[in-house]
Amino acid sequence: MRYSIGRLLHQALRGHRDWPEAWRSPEPKAEYDVIIVGGGGHGLATAFYLAKVHGITNVAVLEKGYLGGGNVGRNTTIVRANYMLPGNERFYAHSLKLWESLSQELNFNVMFSQRGVLNLAHSDAQVDAFARRGNSMRLHGEDAELLDPEEIRRMVPCLDLDNARFPVYGGLLQRRAGNARHDAVAWGFARGADRLGVDIIENCEVTSIHREGGRVTGVDTTRGAIKAAKIGLAVAGHTSKLAEMAGLRLPIESHLLQAFVSEAVKPVIDQVVTFAAGHFYISQSDKGGLVFGASLDGYNSYAARGNLPAVEHTIEAAMSLMPVVGRLRLLRHWGGIMDMSMDGSPIIDKTPVEGLYLNGGWCYGGFKATPGSGWSFAYTIARDEVHETNSGLRLDRFRSGHLLDEEASGPVPNLH
Amino acid sequence: MRIPCPLCGDRDSGEFTYLGDATVRRPPADETDLEPWFEFVYLRDNPKGWHKELWHHGQGCRAWVAVERDTLTHEVFGSQLARERAIAEDERA
Amino acid sequence: MSQDFRLAEGGLIDRERHLHFKFDGRRYTGFAGDSLAAALLANGVRLVGRSFKYHRPRGVVTCGSNEPNALVELRTGARKAPNMPATTIELYEGLVASSQNRWPSVNFDLLSVNNILAPVFVAGFYYKTFMWPASWWEPVYERFIRRAAGLGRASGAPDPDRYERANLHCDVLVVGGGPAGLAAALTAGRAGARVVICDEGPRLGGSLLSERIRLNGEAGWRWAGEAALELAGLPNVRVMTGTTVFGYYDHNTLGAVERVGEKGPRPPEHMPRERMWHIDAGQVVIAAGALERPIVFTNNDLPGVMLASAARGYVNRYAVRPGSRAVVFGNNEDIYATADDLTAGGVEVVGVVDSRAKAAQSSSHPVYQAQRVVRALGWRSVTGVELGDGTKLNCDLVAVAGGWNPAVHLSSQTGVRPVWNSEAAAFLPGEPRQAEASVGAAAGYFATSDALDTGAAAGKAAAEARGRKAKIADLPVAEEPRHGGLEALWYVPGRDKRSFIDLQHDVTVSDVKLAEREGYRSVEHMKRYTTLGMATDQGKTANIPGLAILAEARGQDIPEVGTTVFRPPYTPVSLGVFAGYNRQQNFQPVRRSPLHEWGEAHGAVFMEAGPWMRIQAFPRDGEDIMAATNREVEATRRSVGMCDVSTLGRIDLQGPDVAEFLNRLYCNGWKTLPVGKARYGLMLREDGIVFDDGTTSRLGENHYLMTTTTGQAPLVMTHMEYCHQVLWPELDVTFVSVSDQWAGVAVAGPKSRAVLQKVFPEADLSNEAFPFLAAGEFDLGGLPARLFRITFSGELGYELNVPADYGPAVADMILEAGEEFGITPYGLEALDVMRIEKGHVTHADLDGRVTAADAGFGKMMSTKKDYIGRRLAERPAFSEARRPRFVGLRPVDRNSRLHAGAHLLPQGTTDSIEHDEGYISSAAYSPTLGHWIALGFLANGHERLGEVVRMVDLVRGLEVPVEVVSQHFVDPEGERQNA
Repeated sequence: MRYSIGRLLHQALRGHRDWPEAWRSPEPKAEYDVIIVGGGGHGLATAFYLAKVHGITNVAVLEKGYLGGGNVGRNTTIVRANYMLPGNERFYAHSLKLWESLSQELNFNVMFSQRGVLNLAHSDAQVDAFARRGNSMRLHGEDAELLDPEEIRRMVPCLDLDNARFPVYGGLLQRRAGNARHDAVAWGFARGADRLGVDIIENCEVTSIHREGGRVTGVDTTRGAIKAAKIGLAVAGHTSKLAEMAGLRLPIESHLLQAFVSEAVKPVIDQVVTFAAGHFYISQSDKGGLVFGASLDGYNSYAARGNLPAVEHTIEAAMSLMPVVGRLRLLRHWGGIMDMSMDGSPIIDKTPVEGLYLNGGWCYGGFKATPGSGWSFAYTIARDEVHETNSGLRLDRFRSGHLLDEEASGPVPNLH
Repeated sequence: MRIPCPLCGDRDSGEFTYLGDATVRRPPADETDLEPWFEFVYLRDNPKGWHKELWHHGQGCRAWVAVERDTLTHEVFGSQLARERAIAEDERA
Repeated sequence: MSQDFRLAEGGLIDRERHLHFKFDGRRYTGFAGDSLAAALLANGVRLVGRSFKYHRPRGVVTCGSNEPNALVELRTGARKAPNMPATTIELYEGLVASSQNRWPSVNFDLLSVNNILAPVFVAGFYYKTFMWPASWWEPVYERFIRRAAGLGRASGAPDPDRYERANLHCDVLVVGGGPAGLAAALTAGRAGARVVICDEGPRLGGSLLSERIRLNGEAGWRWAGEAALELAGLPNVRVMTGTTVFGYYDHNTLGAVERVGEKGPRPPEHMPRERMWHIDAGQVVIAAGALERPIVFTNNDLPGVMLASAARGYVNRYAVRPGSRAVVFGNNEDIYATADDLTAGGVEVVGVVDSRAKAAQSSSHPVYQAQRVVRALGWRSVTGVELGDGTKLNCDLVAVAGGWNPAVHLSSQTGVRPVWNSEAAAFLPGEPRQAEASVGAAAGYFATSDALDTGAAAGKAAAEARGRKAKIADLPVAEEPRHGGLEALWYVPGRDKRSFIDLQHDVTVSDVKLAEREGYRSVEHMKRYTTLGMATDQGKTANIPGLAILAEARGQDIPEVGTTVFRPPYTPVSLGVFAGYNRQQNFQPVRRSPLHEWGEAHGAVFMEAGPWMRIQAFPRDGEDIMAATNREVEATRRSVGMCDVSTLGRIDLQGPDVAEFLNRLYCNGWKTLPVGKARYGLMLREDGIVFDDGTTSRLGENHYLMTTTTGQAPLVMTHMEYCHQVLWPELDVTFVSVSDQWAGVAVAGPKSRAVLQKVFPEADLSNEAFPFLAAGEFDLGGLPARLFRITFSGELGYELNVPADYGPAVADMILEAGEEFGITPYGLEALDVMRIEKGHVTHADLDGRVTAADAGFGKMMSTKKDYIGRRLAERPAFSEARRPRFVGLRPVDRNSRLHAGAHLLPQGTTDSIEHDEGYISSAAYSPTLGHWIALGFLANGHERLGEVVRMVDLVRGLEVPVEVVSQHFVDPEGERQNA
């Protein structure tokens, strides 16, 4: 059943009795053309685009828990394409374009809101660095504006620019960026993929990957063995564990990132604002909660819960420029497991194992990539080759030296 | 978290900075093949569970400490000065 | 208004102290000891707020921090705090609060039109609409949603109060000051263990304060008071009331927030509003009690419907009648105690509705056995109830007892999943992973005697685990009303759309059922789809009933459905207190050079440079920074200037293997550096990218001094410690940072030798005796001084280091010696201009992606030795011809301005990324040349000298043709620095 205001009003009169399941809960078949491991945003998006763009519908998405239970359901919902390095920017620019019509494409309101993402610069040198990045974005055809402090003051009145330890010298604004309702993205892709015939199988953990003669043949799961000639991994946080089943060792560490939400209040801040001085980013959800985050806890972790020092560092950054939030209260803080790649950029590629495809290393930027990642990964799986959009996100770049080090902090994952 | 520094005792993790896997070894100086260097710098086992890792007691004695810790529960099992460990490994090698 | 609902006697309130307060502009009076909710109820105020979505009238539901409904804006102006539970606000003289999420008033709220639209506004409705036309989402639909959402309003002004952070270390942390916590603290405290006991309320006692419990034949609160007195008298025990332990983190570290300054309109002078405690506990005893849960029925959200424990609490603790005619409804023995307490409080109990088939005791109240309340009646508050058999009872209070949920929150935060116990029909704490024990009601021991016993036993075990000899405290004999006998009942079928599970978020039974029908079957999906449990109370009353209703809809048992994850904080915590002092200007410490005051005295203007405040320039009358910079550069190049370089990193290295150590750290060679000489060194990261640069001088046979850049100094030190301790422990080297021990002054310009010769009259500073890159230790009037003939400006120049405290005096000496030459102090801007003119790199150019070869240092990279970064610098991508290489740039039209951050594209191309060939990393106006110059990286740039390319700066709206030139704009042959 298509979603629309008419259907909604009709169902309101009928007590909402007739809404079908958003997705089925099928039993796994013995064999599929493609298995996607990981029912998060990227895995579901990949399945959707495999079916939609490439007509490959005999696809299973295997999820060890509930769909959307990983990072797509625990991030700070920011969507942007404000990267400097071409290998990243062309990918994220494509993803942003997909976002702009995603609700209509999925017939599911993912509440993508182009409220603008503003990065604040705290020195002349940082302004220059943002200019370099903004120019790169513009050369890619993306929108980018360099703002001066007075423009920022008018745009974001809740910033206390006059008492800041690190004054604001300017900012880089991408107006077409913004945020979205994270769970809805997972649900929308799940529903979309399901309607195209994809089997989404929850509570189905992959326990081993079968190989014969250097190519994959299927997987063992907690719900039995399933065959497939093509397997795509989209399990950010646990990519190393899955890759290990296929004998691969990756340039990835799993790290813990915390996120935060305050109690809901009437609108305080319209844009997504990031402070470079504290790696801090904040926005306000449509429900009214301030959603924010900052740096990793800093140590390898598979525990989706963090510690107090990172909480305090994050909120110090908030109070450095937005002391207006002092009396608002933290409602909840939680953690997610990040695939931290060694250059801070993701990987969407084939692997040395034939038929095995890798989507990972998203660090803490995976959410905004969801449609673009699914689209490019589907292309690579369907055609067994990379598309231009993911041509910079190769696995062999660490060996060859074609690094995508946006943060320029070198092969130390917790510094990206 | 509390990190056991062999010199200073249990200290708050905020006094330390973290580097990562302590089991990777820098190839010998005369190694000319690129592959072992690539593996040393980029590839990690990234285990879920027991992990030996390097912490630097930067706001304390400035020792590099090899800590054994569970990456799932964060339980710490013990620690050793990285320097002593390196000397011991050199002697074994 | 008089306190019509205040009982004539009883309650733990001070009737001598009348407190005046305002709610929604009206004046009321209460007593010291009241919560705001108690005082409002005492004054007959029952409607205190409107719900989130449907704007339905809402009243007080609980007596504690689990309150979902009675949220108010507390105080006004910059001190206004939204969404504060009236049940936890201690009343004080002059308190001002107002209801929220209503317009124009809480009694007449126009937005209650949403209530009529409720059939449309069901769970997740917004996912199904607002998609057409797409362009309306932000300006129309979302704009409306955002305005309607949110409950209270932020003050809109910077928080004027202060917050503190502090640390506590203890043997035993006891969380909760009820009977279990008191027994634990007494037992461990008497044994001499260092004990901290925290309670979120203003006094210790927990259930003893609000329930009719007798200990040793007296009111329980008296024993609690005595216990509190004894604890306060023990030197090894710290009692912290008004303190919520909100988070349980790894290795028995916990976070607690103490409300210090919330007992008045503003915090007392010199006191913070709140204090954040980091508690490092040897053992933790969780005695956090249990939270009563409701039974869901139609219209259960009307003001006047409250939890039975709350009704008892208002009567017993606050001497307030929460109503006049009450119906008590429940599924366990608590209903009879409730009826007794209400009767004793002067409330007429018109019915005790017992859902169980058979009562366990007789009662003097009218009992409706095996009956259920199917709906509450009323419009703005409850006026009656209807039972399953159609009986209608008139009442203005419905007290609901659905059983108890142990407060498993803290134990669950450690990563331990709670375990369902079907006997208690509740989740109990799972097997502890850390040194902790849950006791009393928090562990499912609901009887007071059991709470005392389990608390004392845990206190003993905890003290013993910390090496104390402990014995169980003498415990009082408890008498209390019967409880237990629970037969689970979660909700009463009726009008599911009006049966509220999450009162704050307006989540109804039909919402949960809809979610289940649509496939949002996992408990996490249901929560996220309906928003159940996501409000400020985090579902403390809603989660378990919601879970039970979902389980029923799925046809499963509760443990099969599982719970959502418990996350910190236990109750909401002010953002301000997490930051403590580290806010605004005090966000991070400021580092100042030893010459900071000297600079101030000489008219310096400062700028932030990482953690440092550095001198930007020394503007004279009317000069702007650029004019001052130009003057400083000209004066230095013409005669002599001086500059504070104290912020550079300095590392003192000693030992026989220093040269070998340097050889491995730097990409260039160090084995041949003689004593008395300095050498420029370039350090790479192991991935072959430039890490840092600086000079290292050999001061003695086995003694070297390394300098690093200001910004990288701490990282270089850490890196060297890594290399020495982890990679090369065999090297006999000792090194220490001496950055803070020395002040540094650069003296540069043609007259610099003459100036320094005056400062060191004994020394021979001639070019022959002390040539370029010479380094030496000199005596400066008894002061050890180090002089280096190094320069960043390209001029004849020196760097003089003296002990930090003598920096200002020596700087003045230099000024005085240079007076005859017109010596000019210069700042960071002039330093930067001169290094760009000379073509020296800084971290503006070496941005963490640049290789040594990119920066033109390829020849420095030794091929004869191992060093950090050597092998990975040989990767194929690093030697591609297209790689941007370091070049100088000047505008073809000399009047044009150049900008760092601009990109470089060939002439005759479109502004498109496929033509992008590089970027400008540094730009400056050169007063020496009279036009702008720049440094940058251009594809294969070192072979394109003389070519004209376009500087494209789209974000600044500029395009300038620039000529590719050598990066050495001034004195390319080095004649000046070698003079």
